[in-house]
Amino acid sequence: MPIDLYTELQWLPRSPKDFSASVKAWSEADGGAPLRALASHGLDLNQLTRLAKPISAAIGRGADLAPLLPFRLAVIGNATLDFILPALVASAARHGIALEIIQPAYDQVAQEALTPDSRVNASKPNAVLFALDYRALPLKFVPGDADAAANAVLGATGYLAALREGIQKNCGAACIFQSFAPAPEAVFGSLDRALPGTMRWMLSEVNRGLAEQTLAAGDVLLDVAGLAETVGLASWHDPQLWNLGKFPCAESVIPLYADHVARTLAAMRGKSRKVLVLDLDNTVWGGVIGDDGLEGIRVAQGDAVGEAHLAVQRMALDLRKRGIVLAVSSKNTDEVAREPFLKHPEMLLKLDHIAVFQANWNDKATNLQAIADELSVGIDSLVFLDDNPVERGLVRKLLPQVAVPELPEDAAGYARTLAAAGYFEAIAFAGEDLKRADFYQDNAKRISLQKQVGGVDAYLASLDMTITFQPFDATGRARIVQLINKSNQYNLTTRRYTDPEVLAAEEDPTVFTLQVRLADIFGDNGMISVVICRPGEPGEPGVWEIDTWLMSCRVLGRKVEHMVLNHLVEHAKSRGIHTIVGRYLPTERNKLVVDHYAKLGFTKISEEDSGRTEWKLDVAEAKPDIAPMKVVTLASE
Amino acid sequence: MDQEAIYEKLTEIFHDLFDDDSIVVTPELTAKDVEGWDSLAHIRLIITIEKAFKVKFSTTEIAKLEKVGDLAALIQSRA
Repeated sequence: MPIDLYTELQWLPRSPKDFSASVKAWSEADGGAPLRALASHGLDLNQLTRLAKPISAAIGRGADLAPLLPFRLAVIGNATLDFILPALVASAARHGIALEIIQPAYDQVAQEALTPDSRVNASKPNAVLFALDYRALPLKFVPGDADAAANAVLGATGYLAALREGIQKNCGAACIFQSFAPAPEAVFGSLDRALPGTMRWMLSEVNRGLAEQTLAAGDVLLDVAGLAETVGLASWHDPQLWNLGKFPCAESVIPLYADHVARTLAAMRGKSRKVLVLDLDNTVWGGVIGDDGLEGIRVAQGDAVGEAHLAVQRMALDLRKRGIVLAVSSKNTDEVAREPFLKHPEMLLKLDHIAVFQANWNDKATNLQAIADELSVGIDSLVFLDDNPVERGLVRKLLPQVAVPELPEDAAGYARTLAAAGYFEAIAFAGEDLKRADFYQDNAKRISLQKQVGGVDAYLASLDMTITFQPFDATGRARIVQLINKSNQYNLTTRRYTDPEVLAAEEDPTVFTLQVRLADIFGDNGMISVVICRPGEPGEPGVWEIDTWLMSCRVLGRKVEHMVLNHLVEHAKSRGIHTIVGRYLPTERNKLVVDHYAKLGFTKISEEDSGRTEWKLDVAEAKPDIAPMKVVTLASE
Repeated sequence: MDQEAIYEKLTEIFHDLFDDDSIVVTPELTAKDVEGWDSLAHIRLIITIEKAFKVKFSTTEIAKLEKVGDLAALIQSRA
């Protein structure tokens, strides 16, 4: 079953199998951070309810749930809120808030707001949420009676204004008003939209008036009508549940509603995100610039894949226009990564839009920390958009404060998913917001990175990787030829071979060939590395020359190259090889591997002006680094 | 779906929803036997069961349910 973007909060990782046990295992001494971590999954109503229990109990005891910020929210409603309130508590933890709820008696809306010593007013909340639905309003169906309809609308907005004044006068709390989702049932049909006095017409007018007066008063608007339209009015309103117990909306939409309330509270506390960090390959454009080149990446109008990536760019630009700072974190050589920004005519994003541009081969957690440092913002201000589940997992693990949306398989859904996650929720918009992105831009220096965030090895171990080594064979040949002819970046010699040439190597007993596959918890990456070793000069027995060594950039930073070397050394020993010689032949694209042999413990034996280097490794003394992965060695078929 | 499989799944749901692994789900089990099984929890239980068994109960059917046996019979008649 595909996950529903909205009702199942697709941007959040799915809940772990041991969710209930983890909730049970939590104790007050653990503090608020594990609660936030548990809340940061796509939880259903039962899971939210379960998580809310220990949180509310701890808050009731007066416990400190730092780093969660305390917030007292009174919720005044005209319907049964018992399902909603625990969902609010758990969702608030997701957004960094320890939420204490004040719940007055059922359907006491006006009494609570207007009586100075009511439960709500006496409890001095930080904010009051008027969780009202359309049934709370004094509206009567008066089809075609324009005067009566206009009066009814004024009566409704006046009623809401009076509620606000009551709270202002009696406890001074901020008020959050919800727009009203109309029922899907039309009386006339399409005419309901146009004819004054229908519920649809009146609610549309009330929503407009409410939005205006809320903004003017400095209160906060929660656009429930917009949310209900997004999932569909028929999905929002459940007549059976209303009849059974006056539940104001369907059970399935409560997690979404609660997340929207929580992100609004977070915005009121200034905890909305400020920076969008973009991956480049297969996120900002389709394809891999280092391998596919300027002509090969997909970012053009009229190309369905290109359009999907353009939509990401368009959304990034719109966000920038309202003050969100844009940054780039890409595993690429800097010049290669900048090329599309400078030269591709269809790119909407330009280098001028990017405050910090990090294209290097460090792990992304390190880069994100550098971006936050460079912009002088907290790491919790960052949102990181990346198509690669391994990168997302690494960042979530090492920097849990960074928001990292899960993305659907199809890039067509990227922009929508980013928007649905609501990381940049704002309760107001001011002139300074317009200039904020420029401000950061001017101050940010392009920096290069030195620092490394620790814990990468632990993360690699958690990936549960299996590496498979095998000599060239008929089954793998097509992919081997493809890799040999396509790989540009992680390619030491960039020697291109045809199918018959690869076959010749495969059949030559003096040539050592190797195809490497890698699988991990996210699935099988397929063949990701190819190596060919040939015997050295005829006069020098016992020497191997590495003719070809290439690797797919998708598995960079996983220590695959170390494992490959380990395998090479083992085979060299068994064949009486005492020395392995490697060469780096520089091209426009392969700067990435300039230090490949140095990192693997080879000794440099020569260097030419062209940048061409030659290296050797004494097999007997080689001590390759071993990475945490399972090794499978297969014979050729 | 046979009764045994239905009860197995119901047991899982009861344990999770009422946070009590000691509940023994039998046909005669009623709301008064389970701590926390009030009218609100009942609705949540029904919704959870509807989702787990991919069925939908009518308002009349929900109103008629008195013990777990009724529920299991209703599920079997649908699934």
